[in-house]
Amino acid sequence: MSSTSNSPTHHTSTIGAIGAPSRRNTELALLVFAVVIPVFAYANVGLAVNDEVPAGLLSYGLGLGLLAAVGHLVVRKFAPYADPLLLPLATLLNGLGLVAIWRLDQSELLQSIQQAGTAAPRQLMYTAMGIALFLVVLIFLKDHRVLQRYTYISMVGALILLLLPLVPGLGQNIYGAKIWIKVGSFSIQPGEFAKIVLAIFFAGYLMVKRDALALASRRFMGLYLPRGRDLGPILVVWIVSILILVFETDLGTSLLFFGMFVIMLYVATERTSWIVFGLLMSAVGAVGVASFEPHIQQRVDAWLDPLREYKLSQQGVGGHSEQAMQALWAFGSGGTLGTGWGQGHSDLIRFAANSDFILATFGEELGLAGLMALLLLYALIVERGVRTALAARDPFGKLLAIGLSGAFALQVFIVAGGVMGLIPLTGMTMPFLAYGGSSVIANWALIGLLLRISDTARRPAPAPANPDAEMTQVVRP
Amino acid sequence: MSELTLTVMRLGFLAVLWLFVIVAVQVIRSDLFGTRVTQRGSQRGSRRDTGQGRQQAARQAPAPAGRPSGGGRGRGRNTPTKLVVTEGTLTGTTVALQGQTITLGRAHDSTIVLDDDYASSRHARIYPDQSGQWIVEDLGSTNGTYLDRSRLTTPTPIALGAPIRIGKTVIELRK
Repeated sequence: MSSTSNSPTHHTSTIGAIGAPSRRNTELALLVFAVVIPVFAYANVGLAVNDEVPAGLLSYGLGLGLLAAVGHLVVRKFAPYADPLLLPLATLLNGLGLVAIWRLDQSELLQSIQQAGTAAPRQLMYTAMGIALFLVVLIFLKDHRVLQRYTYISMVGALILLLLPLVPGLGQNIYGAKIWIKVGSFSIQPGEFAKIVLAIFFAGYLMVKRDALALASRRFMGLYLPRGRDLGPILVVWIVSILILVFETDLGTSLLFFGMFVIMLYVATERTSWIVFGLLMSAVGAVGVASFEPHIQQRVDAWLDPLREYKLSQQGVGGHSEQAMQALWAFGSGGTLGTGWGQGHSDLIRFAANSDFILATFGEELGLAGLMALLLLYALIVERGVRTALAARDPFGKLLAIGLSGAFALQVFIVAGGVMGLIPLTGMTMPFLAYGGSSVIANWALIGLLLRISDTARRPAPAPANPDAEMTQVVRP
Repeated sequence: MSELTLTVMRLGFLAVLWLFVIVAVQVIRSDLFGTRVTQRGSQRGSRRDTGQGRQQAARQAPAPAGRPSGGGRGRGRNTPTKLVVTEGTLTGTTVALQGQTITLGRAHDSTIVLDDDYASSRHARIYPDQSGQWIVEDLGSTNGTYLDRSRLTTPTPIALGAPIRIGKTVIELRK
């Protein structure tokens, strides 16, 4: 305490509230750092694979730097008080993902089974589109509370997005999961966008209904049981996520939506009973569907005994995949410090090596040390999202921020847990790292929304010109 | 490319990646919201609001061991040593009671600057009388100062733990 005073009649210090200052220069410094690291990695891959600094180093670095610079300038102009960490963290993850995809493009094995080495330029294009959407969100969404008006439109929109892959002629079945739609030459995963739209609906809905959900309940065996009519929405979401699971055989997406809803329900009502219900219902749903859906059943078998799955696949038995075991071997051969960029053999995973299994490449070439750093980067994004929710003053912003960061965290857990063999493997993409347009674009929009909410939350109240002269409000009884 | 160079690059990359994580965590550390303590007193006008100024809201004031001018009634068990803000924007702030007068209000030179539309510029003061008993006095504020439930009209002694309400802020004296 610095208010120690020698003379008892004089006070020496004043204590007042402060708001957080704008942290744009910190963001700029971190952003430069976040662009330099992937450029270093890129040079490292070139030196290790081709024994020379790659020719595209300058254009690649400039491309990533330009995108980051444009993002930073727009944040400076349109969201000056936004969180300083979210943009650099997302840029770093996206840049490292680009390097890993480019590194897998160099693999002759992968070049022989798909169109030669074109993934990285496409991913750079998707990144540009993602940052463009990020800018659109920041420039045109002046206040996130506007989204509150579109609560029920968001619900309809999300359901349409989720059902699109089931429309005949539009949906595509790729490797057993029907989660893509084909528009022209582009494949789009509507589920990634549905995640954000659904978070908007949940936030708007729970903001209105949270008191009914929290207070109108009976106590039973230490748990608060909600009334039947309040159970309606949770049942609807549960059924929808089960339907996704059955018809699109997409375990990850249905887990993500249901988990996000339970998280938001818990935050809105502060009732632990919702978490118990949510876990019970998702367990019932997952076990029920897994018992009669062969695709899910096979995923569970591969999770329980990946080595058997690998042997069956080597013997040419159809419907089995060797990838789960190969990913584990990749992690194992990486060890603590990894083999170094460009010196692993994760390309043996063949297809999906640069999308669903990209984490195996990082695990092998950067080792446990690098993988932990990556997971910490994700954890920091989630922490900043939760911090934004804590700082937000309006309940809608709070719920939206917690929903978006919760969904982000769940997605990281589902993908990383699947690749590492902690939970059954599901076909989802690691946000920002993995190859895939929809994922990158949707996650940049998610970061944009979080920045918008945090700008509103951290903006200091306008200071009066002279507080002493300001009128004191009178309390009227 | 030689093995040595590649090993150095491999370890260097991991170091740089972790450095980024550490720098990011440092940024979070410096980003905590809090209260601002502005130094005044003899060097009036010299404002030091960084460094030790931006501190965390929940700071614990070191309790003074004893007061030099004790008065006749010795320091009994019920003498408060600190003032704690329990409600309002400054919740968690503590001020050590060392015989000085504490002024509360929206005016910038108050000991505790209240960021509260319902507080007056010079709202109330808290001071010790000759016997060392702490007194709260309303300074003619618009909305009044409340000790427990009753509005103050005269300087009143403060009991330990009794809530003093000013606008949206509640403070109390603790041991």
